[in-house]
Amino acid sequence: MALLAVAAPRLGWNPVSDIDQLLRYHFMLNALRAGTIVAVAAGAIGWFMILRRQSFVGHTLATVGFPGASGAVWLGLPATWGYFGFCLAAAMVVGLLPRRALGAASSGLSEESAVIGTVQAMALGAGFLFTSLYHGFLSGTTGLLFGSFLGVTDAQVWTLLAVGLAALAVLVVIGRPLLFASVDPDVARARGVPVGALSFLFVLLLGAAAAEVSQITGTLLIFALLVMPAAAAQQLTTRTGRSLALTVLIAVAATWLGLAAAYFSAYPVGFYITTFGFAAYLLAASTRLVGGRPRRAGR
Amino acid sequence: MTGPPAVWAEAAAVAVSRRTLWSGVDLDIAAGEFVAVLGPNGVGKSTLVKVLLGSLPLSAGRVRVLGREPGGASQEIGYLPQRRSFDPSLRVRGVDVVRLGLDGDRWGAPIPGLARVSAAARRASARVAEVIDLVGASAYADRPIGRLSGGEQQRLLIAQALVRRPRLLILDEPLDSLDLPNQSSVAALIARISREEGVTVLMVAHDVNPILPYLDRVVYIAAGGAVAGTPAEVITGPILSRLYGTAIEVLATSDGRLVVIGEPEAPAHHTDRHSGHPHADPL
Repeated sequence: MALLAVAAPRLGWNPVSDIDQLLRYHFMLNALRAGTIVAVAAGAIGWFMILRRQSFVGHTLATVGFPGASGAVWLGLPATWGYFGFCLAAAMVVGLLPRRALGAASSGLSEESAVIGTVQAMALGAGFLFTSLYHGFLSGTTGLLFGSFLGVTDAQVWTLLAVGLAALAVLVVIGRPLLFASVDPDVARARGVPVGALSFLFVLLLGAAAAEVSQITGTLLIFALLVMPAAAAQQLTTRTGRSLALTVLIAVAATWLGLAAAYFSAYPVGFYITTFGFAAYLLAASTRLVGGRPRRAGR
Repeated sequence: MTGPPAVWAEAAAVAVSRRTLWSGVDLDIAAGEFVAVLGPNGVGKSTLVKVLLGSLPLSAGRVRVLGREPGGASQEIGYLPQRRSFDPSLRVRGVDVVRLGLDGDRWGAPIPGLARVSAAARRASARVAEVIDLVGASAYADRPIGRLSGGEQQRLLIAQALVRRPRLLILDEPLDSLDLPNQSSVAALIARISREEGVTVLMVAHDVNPILPYLDRVVYIAAGGAVAGTPAEVITGPILSRLYGTAIEVLATSDGRLVVIGEPEAPAHHTDRHSGHPHADPL
């Protein structure tokens, strides 16, 4: 039995041996591959999500992924299909909801958030039912909600890569007009930027990102990669390009460190990735407070 | 002035959800003029801007902008929408907001460091710096725009509207919510730009006083109609009385400024500009 012959991984002072241990198993390689793909896509899309103040939408899309994944598992399908199917379908619905401008600070927001909140609660309830219906799925609920790095299949890695690359490609094509439409929708519209279409497209990207991140951090911890890296990077720089690059860097670093920490210890990966993301944010915020320019009084 | 008028309209009327806001509006604004659009709240001043930008069709009459159908000349129009302030937490630099005015509508993503190798990218950066200098915003353009004061933000937004060297600048209440010193300095800035760059400026205004010294022409919209002419022709007791439907007196000070007496007070807050309530703007 191969499993019995292997000693439990142990973190030592020799980084080469530590990394060697980390990369010894196929499941761990797959977890790192999947984590890296997800971190890059989530970092970039999360950066725009923060800018557009659509965190609530992002969270809701992830929540809808939970019944999708648990339902898929119950029906004997890959959970990946459930995540992407439900998240993207929900993104289409949200994208087609009539919204005013950016949805922020407008009278339409309260009704929209009520609708979204209602859907979110129902999604969690339905997901819980599906995991209950599938009796053999031990600890599945926890894994779906709070993340798990075990059992990432090759097929799942390829799916994550394909969706992640497609989402990034779209983001590169629409990047500049999306930034314009996010920062300054009225002027962008007057300049002929299709603000509404971009908004719809971005919600689709957000759905794809939510589905990807859910498969690493679980439904409830997606902000670890969608919000925390972008929030940290935006504390450190106001330059658009640098800020985006830094976001992706922090997301990848938090994912790698989180996966490694989970591998060498008995505690779950969701906790670790969140912790590293949070640490990055705290560090960035304190750096800005200490080294930043003094704030201007008044406006 | 030669060439086609910058803005021309004949018997133009507009209806929003089947309610006619204004009708019988004739306009003939020559290139290079500085024109103010004035009138009570809810009368459709911003609607006129939408018509000129081509986002709202006329219900009757004809309108031409820079010699073309509305919307046809959008590349040559700089537009500053009604006062918007950026969220204080928005971590985007003022210079980036101005830059979006230059190429924000182009597909693709900006490549960092491109200015070092590409002449076109260098020219773009130089143009952005030049226009920021023109509005006197160089000192703070690198700061996050949400952290700037209202006057500083407004200067950067004027730079954004100007960055493509438009022939027509449409400004919707650019002085609204600025304090008095900023109102007069931004007004002077816009007048200087109009004169030095030869740009036609059409400014929707809430208060005519800060811009009165610079205006070539005013357009009053009220009660379904419009009157256009020089400030001296239009800002007179009889014409304003007829327009507002209430007795209004206009006095001229010794330095040529006009003081309007008897006009209705404007509400302190403009939470719903298009509700059409009966208050009117001050001049």
